[in-house]
Amino acid sequence: MYWDPRAEKMPQKDLQDIQERKLRALVHHAYEYSPFYRRKFKEMGLNPWDITGLKDLPKLPFTKKQDLRDNYPFGMFAVPISQIVRFHASSGTTGKPTVVGYTANDIEVWVESMCRSLTACGVTRDDIMQISYGYGLFTGGLGFHYAAERIGATVLPTSAGNTQRQIELMRDLHSTVIACTPSYMLYLAEYASKAGISIADDTKLRMGIFGAEPWSEETRKRIEEKTGITAYDVYGTSELSGPLFTECQERQGLHIWADHFLIEIIDPETGEQVGEGEKGELVVTTLSKEAMPLIRWRTGDITIMETEKCACGRTHPRILRILGRADDMIIVRGVNVFPSQIEHVLMQIPEVGEHYMIILDRAENGLDIMTVQVELSEKAFTDKVSDILELEKRIAEHLKAVLNVTAKVEIVNPGTLQRFEGKAKRVIDRRKI
Amino acid sequence: MSDKTIKQVSVFVENKPGRLAAVTEKLYEKGINIRAFTIAEAGDFGIIRMVVDKTDEAYKTLKDAGFTVTLTRVLGVEVEDEPGGLYKIAKALGNANINIEYVYAFTFGGDKALIILRVDDIDKATEILEKEGLLFKGEI
Repeated sequence: MYWDPRAEKMPQKDLQDIQERKLRALVHHAYEYSPFYRRKFKEMGLNPWDITGLKDLPKLPFTKKQDLRDNYPFGMFAVPISQIVRFHASSGTTGKPTVVGYTANDIEVWVESMCRSLTACGVTRDDIMQISYGYGLFTGGLGFHYAAERIGATVLPTSAGNTQRQIELMRDLHSTVIACTPSYMLYLAEYASKAGISIADDTKLRMGIFGAEPWSEETRKRIEEKTGITAYDVYGTSELSGPLFTECQERQGLHIWADHFLIEIIDPETGEQVGEGEKGELVVTTLSKEAMPLIRWRTGDITIMETEKCACGRTHPRILRILGRADDMIIVRGVNVFPSQIEHVLMQIPEVGEHYMIILDRAENGLDIMTVQVELSEKAFTDKVSDILELEKRIAEHLKAVLNVTAKVEIVNPGTLQRFEGKAKRVIDRRKI
Repeated sequence: MSDKTIKQVSVFVENKPGRLAAVTEKLYEKGINIRAFTIAEAGDFGIIRMVVDKTDEAYKTLKDAGFTVTLTRVLGVEVEDEPGGLYKIAKALGNANINIEYVYAFTFGGDKALIILRVDDIDKATEILEKEGLLFKGEI
């Protein structure tokens, strides 16, 4: 099922032509009208006419979160405020807030992109869609709302919170689709079950679209087992315009609508593009945005790009599940390693607990040594040294297969590794550079 | 047959200064006496194995203190403290095709030795050692 089959199944060559043309136009638009980009281009000695097509992409500057903060509120804008029809803003919890503006056409592109995405994961006009993402300055609620309405689905705009009422409405009004964070879905399921309600048996819910926070394949399985629904991943950032991309029913990555968004994967350290199938930071250039165009926006999210045509027939590239944040990346012997990858490996091994620490040292010969400390599960302890050595070896082999770098595994007593109430800091870097 | 076996307390310890002191301090505080003791060392960790006079209390004490601890069934063998003591046992078990996984020993009473054994077939080993009259029957 497609929303806009002509666009979604467009030959890759045609998509590329659109990107070439739109990129050239974007560069001129940004240079002419955005004070930030004009200044930036001048500093770099870059003339918009130097950009003739996609091959010139690496000549363009990156845009970072700090640029948005430094130019708050309007320094990034490329249209007069009279053309802006809506603002969204970040909460500013990690510093100065960032503000994003939209022209009527920007909203149109956003809604159309989201219509394609929701249709790809199976939302139709027959669905009753409960939108439990926050409405307001946060882009989640409204982002889903307008697309669901345009598809013709019945929208139930519950917004976030008031869990008891969410469940009541879900049951009474027969919601079939829910959109919320994966952790809220797990909470809803737990809350319902305490109230004696089974989401699987007592509601008509058949699928959920989850995002706005990193989540894993294990969480997907847990949600599906507990609720009997099918779980899809969604991606978007407020800077690009809220929720935009979802998985299709093949669930082999999230389709990025390439006629509106140009993506690259770069090595977060060097800024250079990495090869196909290699992981790195997602960088997005908005090809259609008027109010606040972004050139090479560094999302900070780590993923892998797939350009091969999907089994669903869509030709647009896909990104795999977000693996982590670029600012969490550690480099061990020249290899990029993300704590989330280590966590993923450990969670699959029943003999260890969920707490871990990563310690980096540099040996006298200059080689990095990565030690992963994990707690032994009480149940896994026998009095045999060989059992524990075998477990250490098994974990190390799993880690090596996933990370491509050798880690020394140390099993420690349960309860001895540090616990974190807020954001966990699991890496101790003792290397002297 | 389990009444003829001994319960050994096994504790997981990281190979760091003060860990053995932390374990033995807890036992000392409860007035628990260690009768036989060994550490199996493996790089960054070790396993303390011991036979104590109040096994269940020792287990609970260490567990409550946050140690990873388990009880293991082992055999106690009593022999004269003279040449050939261990040989008799090893030969009897070897002939019966029983594998000894680990062993530690201490002498007591001036003329006796107590040998602690973990074997791969504890029931069969108990039978054989009992037949040979070697099984430890005294109070730990």
